[in-house]
Amino acid sequence: MGVVNHLPTRRELLVGSGALFAWSQMPRIARAEGRDPRLLVIVLRGALDGLGAVAPVGDPDWISLRGDRALVLDGKTPALPLDAFFALNPAMPNLHRLYKSGKAAIVHATATPYRERSHFDGQDVLESGLVKPGMTSSGWLNRALLALESGGRVDPRGSRALGIGSVTPLVVRGSAPVMTWVPQKLLPASEDTQNRLLDLYQHTDPKLASVLQARMRLASLGGAPGVGDPMSDDPTLAPPGIARVRAYFAEAAGTAARYLAKPDGPRVGAMGFVGWDTHIAEGAASGQLYNLLGALDGAFAAIESNMGEAWRETVVAVVTEFGRTARINGTQGTDHGTGTVAFLIGGGLNGGRVIADWPGMKPAQLFEDRDLRPTTDLRAVLKGLLRDHLRVEEKVLAEVVFPGSADVKPMGGLVG
Amino acid sequence: MSSSAKADSVLALHRFGMGPRPGSIAAVGTDPRGALIAELDRPLVLNAAASLPSSAKAYRTVADANARRAARAKQAQQQAKKQQIAAVPVMSEAQAQTQGQAQGQGEKDAAEMAAKQAADAIPDPGRPIYLQEAKVRTEAALAADIGFAERLVWFWSNHFCVSANRIQSMSGAYEREAVRANALGRFVDLLLAVEGHPAMLFYLDNLGSMGANSTAGINRSSGLNENFAREIMELHTLGVRTGYTQDDVISFANVLTGWTLVPPGDNPEHGGEFTFNPRLHEPGGQTVLGKRYEQEDAEQGRAVLRDLAAHPATATHVATKLARHFVADEPPPALVEKMAKIFRDTEGDLKQVAVAMVSSDEAWRGPPSKLKRPSEWGVGMVRATGITTVDPVRFTGGQELLGEGLWRPSAPKGYPDDEASWIDGVGRRLDIANNFAERVATTADPQVIIEDVFASEIAPEVKQAVGRAESRQQALALLFMSADFQRR
Repeated sequence: MGVVNHLPTRRELLVGSGALFAWSQMPRIARAEGRDPRLLVIVLRGALDGLGAVAPVGDPDWISLRGDRALVLDGKTPALPLDAFFALNPAMPNLHRLYKSGKAAIVHATATPYRERSHFDGQDVLESGLVKPGMTSSGWLNRALLALESGGRVDPRGSRALGIGSVTPLVVRGSAPVMTWVPQKLLPASEDTQNRLLDLYQHTDPKLASVLQARMRLASLGGAPGVGDPMSDDPTLAPPGIARVRAYFAEAAGTAARYLAKPDGPRVGAMGFVGWDTHIAEGAASGQLYNLLGALDGAFAAIESNMGEAWRETVVAVVTEFGRTARINGTQGTDHGTGTVAFLIGGGLNGGRVIADWPGMKPAQLFEDRDLRPTTDLRAVLKGLLRDHLRVEEKVLAEVVFPGSADVKPMGGLVG
Repeated sequence: MSSSAKADSVLALHRFGMGPRPGSIAAVGTDPRGALIAELDRPLVLNAAASLPSSAKAYRTVADANARRAARAKQAQQQAKKQQIAAVPVMSEAQAQTQGQAQGQGEKDAAEMAAKQAADAIPDPGRPIYLQEAKVRTEAALAADIGFAERLVWFWSNHFCVSANRIQSMSGAYEREAVRANALGRFVDLLLAVEGHPAMLFYLDNLGSMGANSTAGINRSSGLNENFAREIMELHTLGVRTGYTQDDVISFANVLTGWTLVPPGDNPEHGGEFTFNPRLHEPGGQTVLGKRYEQEDAEQGRAVLRDLAAHPATATHVATKLARHFVADEPPPALVEKMAKIFRDTEGDLKQVAVAMVSSDEAWRGPPSKLKRPSEWGVGMVRATGITTVDPVRFTGGQELLGEGLWRPSAPKGYPDDEASWIDGVGRRLDIANNFAERVATTADPQVIIEDVFASEIAPEVKQAVGRAESRQQALALLFMSADFQRR
């Protein structure tokens, strides 16, 4: 069998990737302090191999686990040194630059409380913020937003705008009003038709009415969906090459940043990128993972440049449902694992460091003799950001946003 | 027909079928339950599929084209290099050394470009096969009197999904050969057919998975891939969190080593078909869910699959998913239990489970609050106009825009079945409806659709909005977007 190409398809990019889900209000306390913080959460679906992204090159057991697939400082494509112990995947020069200037931090050996290995349950725990899957239909980000007292709507015409996206991710589901945006291809129906349909829904189906109303409001906010859709010239809907994936990641993240940067735009957003489930031919140093991380790195650059002035007050948190096995599997990939990395970038960040209580990589130190052992609860990181950046109260974080997490202290000092 | 009988017919068509089409209310008659059950007694054969290649043939066709592309590319690359060497002018040794590097890069690029162009001259046959399959499948849904049986095929195809993103050439044939052929049979036969199908083995990464102590595994550094075994237990049979452990996953993955396909290159007759390769298989017995399996070869895997099919957790998992798909996001527990019981009592007779569902009052009682998935809604829209043929490029493109690309779920779990996952996409449905309405406005009359196709079983507000519309296109778009069309 030849090596299978795992690049996400155009449709996956449209649905699973790149759609922005954003909150259209301003956090009140932060406003009162004279700040205007922005938060963007990026979910990498499919379980990112944290060890393929940020390698523990100083760990004596590293090479023996991955063999010639291990990222090393003197490889064909040398990893980028972060400190004496860790090195970054060579596909990520932007992240490396941000790290060196103190505007990026990496949390390693981190995980949610989930310890099984189902993607779907893992994403459920990651996004719901609960300790077990299947317990709620709302996401932690939505509940955090609900807890923030609004310092005023950013769009005076309405709190809720459009849903064009097709599958709403759990992390933003809930009762706080959220708007969504994805690149649009078809010419939309006329305003008159939309108004008539809205009138019809208001008399027959309130739920459909609120969805349609939301969409019409976002359109009036001036998102101009359709403009700049990098794939609209492609009628065949064929799977894109890596160049298109790069273009799409950059376009989607860049558009998100443009929205968040607007004085009257949203302040908090979430988006997802799929394609990280590297069971076969992972290619950390030159193959599919390298390419995907490169595309993600390009997305970081697009965010930084499109944020403009707002970059100074921006924090981007990049998280995934769990990690992958420490060893390479039988098909030159990695299977579902546990501990992994989270990337934090942004002008508002106190970065320039890898935050890790390193568990070691000897067989007995691995979780169940197979995965990187998680030593940092990802909720501590997220709670630290929500508390210090958006000013969500600690008690609310422990009881509502991440229920039952009182013993998981928010990580301090992340925001500079 | 009385008004309530008409309402029941319309509900039967929306909830269990593909939606009303001209003449379908008469076809359902006065006994909707009986009509649904009668449809299950007809054979699920696709006459139009006679001209379609088998999955193995489709796979060989693509493999063959790929080989020719590679050969053509290599040839062109060599040609380009030769020409470049001939074109290098005579220069001094020093010049050659300083320019050598840049020159080398340029040559490489030109050769690669030539190779790519030569390869692109041979088109990928996978896409036309996919489109033909899409056309046959969609037109079967358009032509069905009710479409209950087709809905069941769609349901099982999504439950046991593969992805055309990974295995485009086989995705349609997979549905015909493994799913359609068994959708009204016994669950265990369906399970054995899908898990032993090359498309599934390819999709869930089992082709190269090998046991550590197998002949191939001892000689090489390669080994086991857990994906296939995990998804069978988590998604296809028992359901997540039903008590199996990581050790069960590994043992089952070992059991399934050797389940692969005949390489297409060296076997023009059987390439792409299922085969058990003993060289990859982990020798010896394995323990899965506390039971020891000592069989040799593929029988070991079949024995585990038979036990998984008969496991009570599978009955509950399957009954819940079926009831959620057809009846409600939160299906009545009594209905689920009834269906699960029939599943257990009949050893997984899927026709009897479907009959039990439509025979239960609980399946009919709730209001039509379930939001149709994009594909059901799209087919329902086309059916209402009486159109029975589709342009597969356009139709599959529409499905992709609505987030439900045909045979392209983004994960092995398949597409979700709850309102929260899809309702935000309703805005985008308007663009599709508007587009379709524009194309059919000259032939489709919204009043005729309301009166004849729906037997006037449609909300008065919708009739009013349609009547007041500024154009036929707008009237049709409003009708297609109405809650009567979106919900079932």
